[in-house]
Amino acid sequence: MAEAFKFELVSPERLLVSAEVESVVIPGAEGEMTVMAHHAPVMTTIKPGVVTVKTAAGGEERYVVFGGFADIVSAGCTLLAESAVAVKDVDRADLARRIQEAREDAADAKDDQVRSKAEQFLSQLTTLEAAILPA
Amino acid sequence: MPSLKDLRNRIASVKATQKITKAMQMVAAAKLRRAQEAAEAARPYSERMGSVLANITQAIGGGGDAPALMTGTGKDDVHLLVVCTAERGLCGGFNSQIARHARDHIRKLLADGRHVKIICVGKKGFDILRRDYASLIIDRVDLREVKTLGFVNADAIAKKVIQLFNEGSFDICTLFYSQFKSVISQIPTAQQIIPAGVASAQAEVTDGGNAVYEYEPEPGEILSDLIPRNISVQVFRALLENAAGEMGAKMSAMDNATRNAGEMINKLSITYNRQRQAQITKELIEIISGAEAL
Repeated sequence: MAEAFKFELVSPERLLVSAEVESVVIPGAEGEMTVMAHHAPVMTTIKPGVVTVKTAAGGEERYVVFGGFADIVSAGCTLLAESAVAVKDVDRADLARRIQEAREDAADAKDDQVRSKAEQFLSQLTTLEAAILPA
Repeated sequence: MPSLKDLRNRIASVKATQKITKAMQMVAAAKLRRAQEAAEAARPYSERMGSVLANITQAIGGGGDAPALMTGTGKDDVHLLVVCTAERGLCGGFNSQIARHARDHIRKLLADGRHVKIICVGKKGFDILRRDYASLIIDRVDLREVKTLGFVNADAIAKKVIQLFNEGSFDICTLFYSQFKSVISQIPTAQQIIPAGVASAQAEVTDGGNAVYEYEPEPGEILSDLIPRNISVQVFRALLENAAGEMGAKMSAMDNATRNAGEMINKLSITYNRQRQAQITKELIEIISGAEAL
């Protein structure tokens, strides 16, 4: 049994999770990372993806986040998400709308830099959709 | 002297008004509770954001790679004022208080020879400021259709502001809103959001502050991602405080109105009763003197 630490998932509208957890998988901007107790202090931005929380009680919860950043210190981990919902409450129509918007953004990007950014975002969203569809 | 019938009508209409104000007060009270809850729920995010920002600015140490949104353009010629007010009236001096605060600010800036641009959030502020500064208003945001304030609403406003900044159309951006102190007191506040550096970096550095952080990606990159988000958060907070303040102001205004209506009904009833009595007495006198004359 791994040691527990404090994890908080906060969105601008409310505090979603504040609990003792065993591990958290965060979709970091430079790759997924698993955070456990006594993790070295890291600050990272996150991309749209699924956050998997393994609670100290043994349960597993999954949340979909759309961008934000995580602040990890030895005392705990705080995830500030732009918008976050539990996977089971995900609004498919909303996700589809976001993907559509991203697609349009990629289509009307003016220079290459903007386009590559928009395409990256789009691919993150589609990966996300594929990841939660079977759920 | 109004007739008995006039008085009766008058009392009935004041009673109807009282019913309306009473209902509005109760609606405002319910909405206030919800708005307060929303404001409270949003607080952890902005607090964390503040401390993270403080940590990261410390890490960068005010180095040259801080984004322009934080350092500003180095000038203060053109000011952008984002004036947030309510969409609806009937809430006492709430809207005019914010507008007055903004107007004082505008007057001072104009006297100093600065250029001023205004974005109005909410219909009421637009209506008030339009009278004096119609030419300065560059945009207005209408939130009337919005049932519950979401982060997306604030984000849209912040994006607009940041875009204007990137186009170089202003140097300093100030946010005007009403700080919610309590139900009876809302304080009109001006808060500078661009350049953001000074105020937000003052937030206390949390326990992790002295730890050696690893940044993923580079601190500068995180910061340039963080600052626009922080502006959205500030706008969101302002909107929430405003929503709570508006409901608080409306509640006390409607409470006053209900009480005034009650007083008016009492006064009118006394006049009505007195007059009715006078009429009865008069009729009696007429009968008695008629009988005596016989």
